[in-house]
Amino acid sequence: MAMEARDIESLIRGSFPQAKITITDLAGDGNHWAAEVIDDSFKGMNRVQQQRAVYASLKGKMDGAHGELHALALTTKAPE
Amino acid sequence: MSAQEKIKQTVDNNDVVLFMKGTKMMPQCGFSSKVAGVLNYMGVDFADVNVLADADIRQGIKDFSDWPTIPQLYVKGEFVGGCDIVTEMTLSGELDQLFDAKGVVYDKAAAEKIREANA
Repeated sequence: MAMEARDIESLIRGSFPQAKITITDLAGDGNHWAAEVIDDSFKGMNRVQQQRAVYASLKGKMDGAHGELHALALTTKAPE
Repeated sequence: MSAQEKIKQTVDNNDVVLFMKGTKMMPQCGFSSKVAGVLNYMGVDFADVNVLADADIRQGIKDFSDWPTIPQLYVKGEFVGGCDIVTEMTLSGELDQLFDAKGVVYDKAAAEKIREANA
């Protein structure tokens, strides 16, 4: 089952309440998403650590061939 | 040998390894294709592991790196990232720096061409 932008945002928001989160539907099919997450907690973390934290907030939605979230392009950074 | 042991051995025995869907000659997913395409274009000699050919490796690599998606790039035993990170690092020049630091041979001019085309 596909997910809505607000579902993705609220999952990420659960772990990053203060973050600036932008969700984009890349293909217009509700199945290929991009998320940009900008959060203070990313300071001092490398990209792998930052994105691991975001994946963790999605709580297994991306797992496996039948995960609800098929494709999510992630961009993470700390605020300038 | 367990999947974890196999993965460890593959990552230790190859300077550059891409765990991907399909092969570097015939990728079967857009994200895998993108990363394999960058490495091919930059002339990097890398080992490809097709996770679609082995369900234990497909799940095992996610546990190995604590990373839920494929492709996954490893350089000298170290997990570098997936498609988004590799793309960002290619465009920023950080991938060149990583290859320089790790002694991985690649075509610098080709990397510059990728950056020019995406400027």
